Amino acid sequence: MSITEILFWVLSIITLFSALMVITSKNPVYSVLWLIVTFFTISGHYVLLNAQFLAIVNIIVYAGAIMVLFLFVIMLMNLNKDTEPQKNKWLKLAGAVAGGSLLLVLVAALRHTEKSMTELATGNIGLIQNLGKALFNDYVVPFEISSILFLSAMVGAVVIGKRE
Amino acid sequence: MPINYYIFLSIALFVIGIIGVLTRRNAIIIFMCIELMLNAVNLLLVAFSKMHHLANAAVNSAAGNEGQLFVFFIMVVAAAEVSVGLAIIVMLYRNTHSVDVNFLNRLKH
Repeated sequence: MSITEILFWVLSIITLFSALMVITSKNPVYSVLWLIVTFFTISGHYVLLNAQFLAIVNIIVYAGAIMVLFLFVIMLMNLNKDTEPQKNKWLKLAGAVAGGSLLLVLVAALRHTEKSMTELATGNIGLIQNLGKALFNDYVVPFEISSILFLSAMVGAVVIGKRE
Repeated sequence: MPINYYIFLSIALFVIGIIGVLTRRNAIIIFMCIELMLNAVNLLLVAFSKMHHLANAAVNSAAGNEGQLFVFFIMVVAAAEVSVGLAIIVMLYRNTHSVDVNFLNRLKH
């Protein structure tokens, strides 16, 4: 077993465990912290796949910006204690069974896929030079449209959050 | 590493996100589960892009970078979605003093 495979298994186990802790924690602050752990391990997967640009962007955008926004909102609302009322146990069970059925169907459908290999720790398409060239040559119009999307999201957030 | 492992890992992450959306009531945690599902899809896109690159690197040295650019645009859309969604949640909390999604059933009446 090579070092990349060991790293893959370790990162996968941490990813799944922290994702489970996100949905089982009672305290929303703990959920946010476990979600940050999940994002860091997913960034580790990106590094393992030699997609360094996406790994850094994932940390900066998700763990740096989005999760800080979540923490701000949670602390603004003072939700640090358990304010979630206890829900019907049967509803929780039904949700878990529905999700488990989806997992079963997807795994059964994709079990016999072609055994193609993916490339670990080699290749240079994920480097910022190649992605930047492709982004500003072939995808420059979607890039500019996404900046307009950001502007409209910013205006929308201010308009919604404004107190009348 | 076979692509199957990445497919199963992404399916597991996606299903965890779905179970969270179905079983939790806190609007913020539902939102975080949506982020989890988006990240599962991103991981699978990157794995497929590397698989495509390995298969077609002899023909085209930049094969597979479309997948990674798509992940980049998904992150852009997710950031915009989070800013508007959290503004809506703050508005909800200001009106009902709770983030329980069961209070959002006024359309039924």
